[in-house]
Amino acid sequence: MIELLKNTNIDFMKLRKIAYFISIVLILNGLYSLFLVNKGKARMGLDFTGGSSIQLKFSKDITVEKIRQIAEKNNIKQLTIQQIGKETDKEFLIRAGTGELQTGKASEQLVNMFKSETGDNEITVVATNEIGPIVSTQLKQKAFLAMFWASIGILIYIWIRFKFKFAVAATIATLHDVIVVFGLLVFMKKELDLLIITALLTLAGYSLTDTVVVFDRIRENLRNILKFPFIDIVNKSINEVLSRTIITSGTTLLVVIALFFWGGDVLHNFSLALLLGIIVGTYSSIFVASAIIVDWEIFEKKRLTKK
Amino acid sequence: MQRNIHIVGIITLLLIAFSLWKLYPPFDIKDAEGTVIEKGKIKLGLDLQGGMYLKLAIDTENMPKDIKPEEAVARALEILRNRIDALGVAEPIIQPEEDKYIVIQLPGIKDPERALNIIGKTALLQFKLVDEVNKISDMVDSQGNTVASKIPENVMVLENKEGERMVIEKRDILTGADLVDAKVQMGQYGAPVVGFKLSPKGGKIFGEVTGDNVGRRLAIILDDKVYSAPVIRTRISGGEGIIEGNFSLEEARDLALVLRAGALPAPVKIINKNIVGASLGADSIEKGKKSTIIGGLLVFLFMAIYYGVSGLIADFALLLNLLFVLGILASLNATLTLPGIAGLVLTIGMAVDANVLIFERIREELRTGKTIRAAIDAGYNRALWTIIDSHVTSLITAAILFQFGTGPIRGFAVTLFWGIVVSLYTAFFVTKAIFDLRKQYTSLSI
Repeated sequence: MIELLKNTNIDFMKLRKIAYFISIVLILNGLYSLFLVNKGKARMGLDFTGGSSIQLKFSKDITVEKIRQIAEKNNIKQLTIQQIGKETDKEFLIRAGTGELQTGKASEQLVNMFKSETGDNEITVVATNEIGPIVSTQLKQKAFLAMFWASIGILIYIWIRFKFKFAVAATIATLHDVIVVFGLLVFMKKELDLLIITALLTLAGYSLTDTVVVFDRIRENLRNILKFPFIDIVNKSINEVLSRTIITSGTTLLVVIALFFWGGDVLHNFSLALLLGIIVGTYSSIFVASAIIVDWEIFEKKRLTKK
Repeated sequence: MQRNIHIVGIITLLLIAFSLWKLYPPFDIKDAEGTVIEKGKIKLGLDLQGGMYLKLAIDTENMPKDIKPEEAVARALEILRNRIDALGVAEPIIQPEEDKYIVIQLPGIKDPERALNIIGKTALLQFKLVDEVNKISDMVDSQGNTVASKIPENVMVLENKEGERMVIEKRDILTGADLVDAKVQMGQYGAPVVGFKLSPKGGKIFGEVTGDNVGRRLAIILDDKVYSAPVIRTRISGGEGIIEGNFSLEEARDLALVLRAGALPAPVKIINKNIVGASLGADSIEKGKKSTIIGGLLVFLFMAIYYGVSGLIADFALLLNLLFVLGILASLNATLTLPGIAGLVLTIGMAVDANVLIFERIREELRTGKTIRAAIDAGYNRALWTIIDSHVTSLITAAILFQFGTGPIRGFAVTLFWGIVVSLYTAFFVTKAIFDLRKQYTSLSI
């Protein structure tokens, strides 16, 4: 039998004050990120801003500067041009804000412009995504509704399945995970698009896994062991399920790492969000969810003795 | 217990047979030349097979007042279907959305630019007389811009192909609705023109009007642009005519196509366009496959090494899991997208969670000195609710993502949802049945 961790006896709850500090800093960063998004200062993806993103492949060598020159000559000034892949691919990602190019005709507009300026340089549209203001507004609304209903759905389940104290702690841990990962992504200047939102929601659903494992054990031990102080029962429970907490997160982490490294550009940020989420979720099951019920219990005891 | 094994065994075998039947062949089978011999059963999203997605909004401001928006959408849908059929795209999807929009998906389209031209044209053909009385010079300001208030009631100002302004009588003589056929012909100077044929009723009107207006000019107008305005030399009977306009052969062919299919009730505006080239799609499939295989292998190896024979049982359940999910996707006719593949990979990771929880519990029960048999049973029983609790919230998220997501994300939601549902079955019932095959254990590799 291979065992990752054997009979650990770590005093996790002793570390909870430090953890609170870390979590509060991360949560504040998350809230600040929300503020940035609200002010329009975070990097938002095409889905939400509208505009065009066009991937062109040229048959002959051309530079980013040359592309910019041609565009400026044709009075298109606000382009972000980026070479992608290897230099020999001659592929460029050209992005324009809403209004700069005409939605539905943007790729044609660019191809025709470059064709007339570069002559025999054959241009193929590898991909184009053009989103008009109506659609980006709709997508924003849909993303918001999805977040709203997912939160409601998850909360209802938690409150049905757990007793009050545990439900509160699990809810805080879930919100903590989502807001912390969101803040980290904004901090890393990652572009927020529909896939990132999808990852955050997936995370909200998955985050509970580790918390459930720990909570179930705490409840079980509370029933069976009476003489221990509450904090020791929590510590004992966490230690007992530590290896499964780490292995369940670990197997999911393995596949997310595979997605992160081999899944390509489209899934890169998506898998990064999940990766961060799994790590933060494991951390929060111990240092947020469990820690909260410990302090809650201590608080109640104090109040009782005062009376 | 013996009965349970039988029931699970039969259900599982049925599911395997069902999945294989629904799934084979999963992807297109091609011959040496690359033509598809048999279509694959898994429907690939536009992001994987390449293609074009369009969302159109009907420009209600420029719509004739007498049609309601819903009617306009219904008519536009029908006409777009005709046009796309004539274009010859395999398995197009053309559907209304929220009574206001039209979504078109053209998988595997080779020439998206041409399709765009054909879809986007209103193709409103009008025949009107040129007004010879009012002069354009009376309708402009000092800068030469047309002033709306100076245009008399019964006329309008349109441009011709060269950009010159012409004064045209508002009254329609005929419209494209009176057309019964249109095809490419070779014109006088060898340039392609579009020849049209009018309905008998239209032909009669055409004859009368041309007979009454010999010497005047007849404007042939397409989408508010005057294509030509020949002088009527004699009464034109027979109901046939041509549209000239320095067309290339392809332009003439496409114009004939849209005229045959009919005009849209109002102009349409593209509000979302998404094209994925076939090469990019193929690249995404490659990357999806690679990450699935690597991620799957890592989990497989880990389980086998860490939990020994029991791990192999979990791995077997995992393989069934993949097979069933793909089988369900094929039978629901669901679309596999790149995020969908990510969902599939993710459920591989999540599916073993259930087995990890069970196995860890069994190990724990063994440590308390239980017999192997009792430890297995206790492990499964005690882990049940932990497993359900930890998966239900993911199911909730998946359902909501499906409700609100767009194409690729729906693909993710579908694979995630079924991946979790199936994993609950395989991790719980299938592996349990395998453990139950033996009544007494003297040793257990876990």
